[in-house]
Amino acid sequence: MATPATIHAHAPQGFIRKYIFSLDHKVIGIQYYFLALTAVFVGMFLSLLMRIHMIWPTAVLPLVGEIKPETYLSLMTMHGTIMVFFVLTTAPQGGFGNYILPIQIGAPDMAFPVLNMLSFWTTFIAYLVMLAAFFVVGGAPLHGWTGYPPLSALQSAGPGEGLGADLWITSIAIFCLASLMGALNFITTTLDLRAKGMTMMRMPLTVWSWFITAILGLLAFGVLLSAGILLLLDRNLGTSFYVPLVVVNGQVLGHKGGSPILWQHLFWFFGHPEVYIAILPGMGVASQILSTFSRKPIFGYKAMVYAMLSIGFFGFMVWGHHMFMSGMSPYSAFAFSILTMCIGVPSAIKTFNWLGTMLHGRLRFQTPMLYAIGFVSLFVSGGLSGPFLAQPVLDIPLHDTAYVPAHFHLIMGVAAIFGIFAATYYWFPKMFGRMMNETWGCVHFFITLAGTYAIFMPMHWLGMAAQPRRYSQFTELAYLQRLLPLNRFITYAAIITVAAQFIFVINLFWSMFKGPKASDNPWEATTLEWTTNTPPPHDNFGGVTPVVNHGPYEYGVPGAPKDYVMQTDPAGSGGH
Amino acid sequence: MGLALMALIWLITLISTYFFVAKTWWLPVGAAAAAPWIDGQFALTYALMGIVFLAAQLGLGYIVWRYRDRPSAPPAAYSHGNTTLELVWTVLTAVLFIGLNLMGSRVWASQRFEPAEAGAVQVEVTGMQFAWYFRYPGADGTYAKTSPKLMDPSAGGDAAVGLDTNDPSAKDDVVTSTMYLPVNRDVDVSLRAVDVIHSFFVPAFRFKQDAVPGLNIHMHFKPTAIGEYEIACAELCGLGHYKMHGMVHVVSQEEFDKWLAAREAEKQ
Repeated sequence: MATPATIHAHAPQGFIRKYIFSLDHKVIGIQYYFLALTAVFVGMFLSLLMRIHMIWPTAVLPLVGEIKPETYLSLMTMHGTIMVFFVLTTAPQGGFGNYILPIQIGAPDMAFPVLNMLSFWTTFIAYLVMLAAFFVVGGAPLHGWTGYPPLSALQSAGPGEGLGADLWITSIAIFCLASLMGALNFITTTLDLRAKGMTMMRMPLTVWSWFITAILGLLAFGVLLSAGILLLLDRNLGTSFYVPLVVVNGQVLGHKGGSPILWQHLFWFFGHPEVYIAILPGMGVASQILSTFSRKPIFGYKAMVYAMLSIGFFGFMVWGHHMFMSGMSPYSAFAFSILTMCIGVPSAIKTFNWLGTMLHGRLRFQTPMLYAIGFVSLFVSGGLSGPFLAQPVLDIPLHDTAYVPAHFHLIMGVAAIFGIFAATYYWFPKMFGRMMNETWGCVHFFITLAGTYAIFMPMHWLGMAAQPRRYSQFTELAYLQRLLPLNRFITYAAIITVAAQFIFVINLFWSMFKGPKASDNPWEATTLEWTTNTPPPHDNFGGVTPVVNHGPYEYGVPGAPKDYVMQTDPAGSGGH
Repeated sequence: MGLALMALIWLITLISTYFFVAKTWWLPVGAAAAAPWIDGQFALTYALMGIVFLAAQLGLGYIVWRYRDRPSAPPAAYSHGNTTLELVWTVLTAVLFIGLNLMGSRVWASQRFEPAEAGAVQVEVTGMQFAWYFRYPGADGTYAKTSPKLMDPSAGGDAAVGLDTNDPSAKDDVVTSTMYLPVNRDVDVSLRAVDVIHSFFVPAFRFKQDAVPGLNIHMHFKPTAIGEYEIACAELCGLGHYKMHGMVHVVSQEEFDKWLAAREAEKQ
């Protein structure tokens, strides 16, 4: 049988097998990362167009012309979908998880290298199908990333609801397949391929986060896949899973007896775990980096593991909090809201432990650390609007207002992106053998953190003042007029913040070719990826199988020769 | 660097807090019985979360500056955590979050589990792309039958909601595109949608409920101040979502009776 070890005895030589259809988890990880990088720029560009349209509704823009209300909704739908699936799900897990997880547990590759390649290329096809929706007759769908039927199920419900909507749902279904394959691979790899001595409780918290994320993915994407297939049937074969008898523009359509709310249950059964799929890897990265750059063991390692496990567990029981206003039984709102408050507890534990990790440390402010600190700040700010939205009674004024995008952008959007930035600056030297520029990293960080708050903090105020979300213009409702200055301010902040992202891209590509050479362990970190060469050889450890003797975060160990003990250091060199 | 980072985090925190405390942008003025309750719960949640926000962000900024690496800094403490502390903050957070939740549930229950008061005004609200229609059952207190086949949105009025004029109780049904309500009387709304999901949102009443095709959702609220209030659609319903708005006129009981009688007269 071809085990990862036998496959990797010899590295492939041809360009195509080495860089395109590669079985090497490191190459696949980088492929995922660059796919997400292109996606994040598409998604960001769409959001910029939206913000511009909101305050200059009649502006004729280069490349896209004048944005009509339905174009605005298409931009919004594609922004959300691309960001959630092809950025927040793809970069942290497919990208960094793929590259780093096998090395951090001391494995030569993922458990199923062929499946790994297949899941990347399936994701790639899903991405192309999604982008194709822009170019078909009628354009991209306008039903939002949540795709609530009947709007998403009826061709006649609006422009973009024809072929564009079919491509949208097909792409998501393909993406689900890819994610299921990836999830199986991550779970098997973590359980079966750990090096000698790498017990579960010695795994870095990043590995725990990718492992738990994979379990969530395995349980959640299957449900979305089924839901998506039913929606395709409703759209194209005249079934009525989600559509009751409806009259659109005076036309009685042929559907009967379906339930629009059924989709919402299925969608959010996936959709809520999905937000943890996006943020858990960020939590892992923040823990790893805060410990490394504070030169202190992580505060409460076990509590961190249990907190992530309980976030994963409760994450499947809170989907109804998206549906308090949906017409779902008001009694079930009680259960969903109590369970939602429960999920706040492990999230709070994690925050306390991050602060506890930095307390009495010696903080080194290299760029990865800046982003990890930014992550904690955003996680707190985004998290604290949760207990508002989790109360059904406060959801009455806040649901479907700008307060909701404010909340989720801070916590699962930008906090997760900060996790990706932190991971990029942190692992870039290992992945590409060179260091990124610190000065520009720092400039990028300060503008991005300030810009993020300038964009999303005022959105809370808009939401409290009852500005509904998904409005392309604020001209029709009199009470929205007074909020226009605030909307303008947000757009200006968005333009500056988006511009600053080019600093990052230039730094990334410039450093890839021109950055100073990186040593094997530039951050003086302890986990296994820093014990091997930079960049790692094809089989990760050059034919040596690492043996693990220590926990993952042994910094500042009294009596040790250095201020840290690596996981592979011989037993008896101090530390746990 | 530690100082710059602390300065930025503190600045963001203080500016944000200022605008929240100054209430520069806040909930619209309430005009329904539920508003004071909801606003009270909002303010309480606000105060508690605000304290946590300030403590966490200012603390983060301080730690970043205080424990920055410098030659004179003491060695980092070697500690793997503190179980007692973990238990303390777990319990505190659980009590805070769940306690808040239980306090708010009373208002939710009174609004959603109990039916409208006897003698409540009956109004049927129908959402369609991209307009709201309001139907009053008239003196007989019965809504006449409607039929999807009869719906003609372009005609407006009775035809828009598909009123079946052969039904005898259709005679006194009044369909309007502006909502009139008497002040200080409970309103029993039944919410319907004919094409896609809409959401009936009156910010001043602290009232929001999705109108879902295939469902007839009964809710109630009580306007408490005479005036005009805007209705927004709060669920994405298509390209005209942003302009699907309406008005509620809350008037005295006499004025309401007069208005309804005039509409009935128009029909004859």
